[in-house]
Amino acid sequence: MAALGVVLFVVTACLLAPVYAHDLAHVDAFTSNLNGTIRLNGRTVSVLQANTQGLGFGVTPIGPTWHFTNYFLGADNQGRDVFARLLYGGRATLLIGSTSAIICCLVATVLGLAAGYFGGVIDWVVSRVFDIVWAFPIYLLAISLSVILLTSGLNIGPLHIGAGSLLLPILIIAMVFVPYVGRPLRGIVLSLKEREFVQAAIGSGASDWHIITKEILPNVAPTIIVFLPLMVAFNMLTESALSFLSIGVQPPNASWGTIINDGLGLLYTRPWVAIAPGIGIVLTAGALNVLGDGVRDAFDPKARLRGSI
Amino acid sequence: MLRNQLTRRIGVPLAALAMSILGVVAVAPGSPAGASTSYQSAHAGGTLKLLATQGSGTLDPQVNYTLQYWQLYQATYDGLVSFQKVSDAASFQVVPDLAVAMPKVTNGGKTYTFVLRKGIKFSNGAPVTVNDVRSSLQRIFKVSNPNSGSWYNVIVGGPACVTTPATCTLNGGVVVNAATNTVTINLITPDAEFLDQLAVPFGSILPSTAPTKDAGSVPIPGTGAYKFKSYNSSTGIVMVRNPYFKVWSAAAQPQGYPNEIDMNFGATVESEVTAVQNGQGDWVYDPLPSDRLQALSTTYAKQLHVHSLTANWYLPMNVNIAPFNNLKARQALNYAIDKNAAIKLFGGKLLADPTCTILPPGFPGHVPYCAYNKGSGSTYNGPDLAKAKALVAASGTKGDAVAIVVINDSVNSAVGQYVQSVLNSIGYKATVKPLSSNIQFTYIQNTKNKVQISLSQWYQDYPAASDFVKVLLSCSEFHPASDNSINMSGFCNKSLDAKMNTAETLELTNPTAANALWGQIDQQMMSKYAPWVPLFNPKQLDFVSKRVGNYQFSRQFYMYVDQLWVK
Repeated sequence: MAALGVVLFVVTACLLAPVYAHDLAHVDAFTSNLNGTIRLNGRTVSVLQANTQGLGFGVTPIGPTWHFTNYFLGADNQGRDVFARLLYGGRATLLIGSTSAIICCLVATVLGLAAGYFGGVIDWVVSRVFDIVWAFPIYLLAISLSVILLTSGLNIGPLHIGAGSLLLPILIIAMVFVPYVGRPLRGIVLSLKEREFVQAAIGSGASDWHIITKEILPNVAPTIIVFLPLMVAFNMLTESALSFLSIGVQPPNASWGTIINDGLGLLYTRPWVAIAPGIGIVLTAGALNVLGDGVRDAFDPKARLRGSI
Repeated sequence: MLRNQLTRRIGVPLAALAMSILGVVAVAPGSPAGASTSYQSAHAGGTLKLLATQGSGTLDPQVNYTLQYWQLYQATYDGLVSFQKVSDAASFQVVPDLAVAMPKVTNGGKTYTFVLRKGIKFSNGAPVTVNDVRSSLQRIFKVSNPNSGSWYNVIVGGPACVTTPATCTLNGGVVVNAATNTVTINLITPDAEFLDQLAVPFGSILPSTAPTKDAGSVPIPGTGAYKFKSYNSSTGIVMVRNPYFKVWSAAAQPQGYPNEIDMNFGATVESEVTAVQNGQGDWVYDPLPSDRLQALSTTYAKQLHVHSLTANWYLPMNVNIAPFNNLKARQALNYAIDKNAAIKLFGGKLLADPTCTILPPGFPGHVPYCAYNKGSGSTYNGPDLAKAKALVAASGTKGDAVAIVVINDSVNSAVGQYVQSVLNSIGYKATVKPLSSNIQFTYIQNTKNKVQISLSQWYQDYPAASDFVKVLLSCSEFHPASDNSINMSGFCNKSLDAKMNTAETLELTNPTAANALWGQIDQQMMSKYAPWVPLFNPKQLDFVSKRVGNYQFSRQFYMYVDQLWVK
């Protein structure tokens, strides 16, 4: 329950990002604010502050004010409110993580069911595709796809996805993880197909659609449900890694990975820019993993280790 | 050039040339000064460790156009003439190098006769001969030197070499006489900047056995105090002493101090700074990260060296594709960009000055002027967003997608993001495309890549107005579908080109009038056509380790790496 609470808290906070930015902090999280000023303790303070010591070189973003509605975690090097970007970044990270996990699980379910149930050529083709995708180190594959697609966008027939669209990281991450869900599902379907109730349905002349949807899918569903939170966590981490490498979410959009990347250049003076999204990732991914374990235990308390990836 | 490439000169050399045209033979200074004086052998030895995040492409001195390697070429290659190796302003003076003396200039400024020094050897032990000089000048064309069509095509036979580089002979253009050890170079027309162009690394004299294509990562033997021992564009460069080097002119090629000079690639600029703080490295090539400047300027102030530069950071806009094929769109961005804001990302107002002109302040021809300004005045006052938005609306380009191509280091990326933010604020849909410095410079030149706008830098090759105005914005420098098209804006205006040619001709006889004309061209270019958004004139901030001594700065090539003491 604690894990669920953490996830719900993070999701709610991130969903309220526009409310925080527009109504409480009154900032634009996506526009450079290099000449901006704020009122702090009765004084007007520059968001980017010129050094006045030594030789006087350097400009440093304002640090955490710890005033909830006023650059709570300070500014990044573009003078943008880090806390507002953290909330928006969480939205992007969670959106990409969850959407890609859903797409991944849907595609993997369809392919796993088809391969396991029909066998033959379909099984051979699907299994070889899984093998090929699995043969690549997952991050290398994701990075390669990102570099290509983020340069030119995705253009397949009438489908056009722009280079800066969030759909690109969603699709890339979803696709690279499909074999990791699809293979175990195929194995389960193969096993279920030999069970008496399925054989009885086949013997009674039930259609393939009926058998798949009414006999097999309900028995595969708990595994998919267990996979889902785990895949959200995995995909979140992948998205953060890609964005950290500047090949995921593109500026000025924010994700926790891009904010860590922004913070990399400020580690010595403004470490909170990198630390805050790091905490967000650890907290959310940890909670999702615990939640996934809990769901698995709830469905199958006798097999605590089965189903882990 | 950029910082990841260089630029040019005037002043004393122009005066010297004017004297030469009148039949006066210029000679080398009697006693060199600065870097060249009194070699202190007690400080010789050790390994100098230079740090850079990444390499800058080919090591070929007749192809590479980056400051990063031009700094190294000063200690590894020589031309017939070179820029004097001294500190500050005198470093703009051209002195004889492999030539015994400055050339005898005859035929109304069209014939230069050099006498080659005897007894000099390349780092592979082969003697330097007049045939090497001829083949090196031919090689400039054969390797498709970036400026072969704009600088060196003034040599008789040059235009044919530009057209068909592989068969370049420069017949009648370069005449050598092994018996008298002389090299005669005949020009099509007098050129006030020809000696400067011979003095930069493109004019390096290489063995006649050097490959007639870009040598890439294979070092070519040179005549300098050092030779390249190894080069890997991913890991680094190792330079060691040239065993055949003996000082023939300390003003042109002084003896170096370290026994070995290494430039290592691969670390982030943050870790480079840390390495120099800890004494594990001796110098950071890359712009220092802004978050370290405050600490450096207080705790490590004695290890910092700051110098004004004749250089520009600017945004070249492609005048041939949307949206910047529309003058109003280009003017709009000029009004919208806050140059002082961009300077904050560079390290603050002590490290750069805002600029509105193509020519940097203090440069020949520069006139204080600002066409796109908040209010009036010749100095920059700030952006005018209202005007910018109105111009975008009037241009009909509102809503267009724009991609900004930048180098992927922290400063360039940050400026790129700022420009993206400004473009979005005036109605465009902007994205940033960060690329490695190894490829960004050539990528943004090639029209095949359809670059709309990029962030680039230009650091003088030598101090002459043409080096900025003509090199970067003339028709002759625009080569569609080529990686060597330094006129990134693709700007070509015949009327302005004619004025540039007039100004160049005037340089021979009346430098003052020539400079005035260059200034007019600069103003006209910006006010009527606005092919760039000039951002700021940077200053050079060098951070060296505690053990480093004898820091010397050339206005021409910046810090002399080989003159640093590490013991």
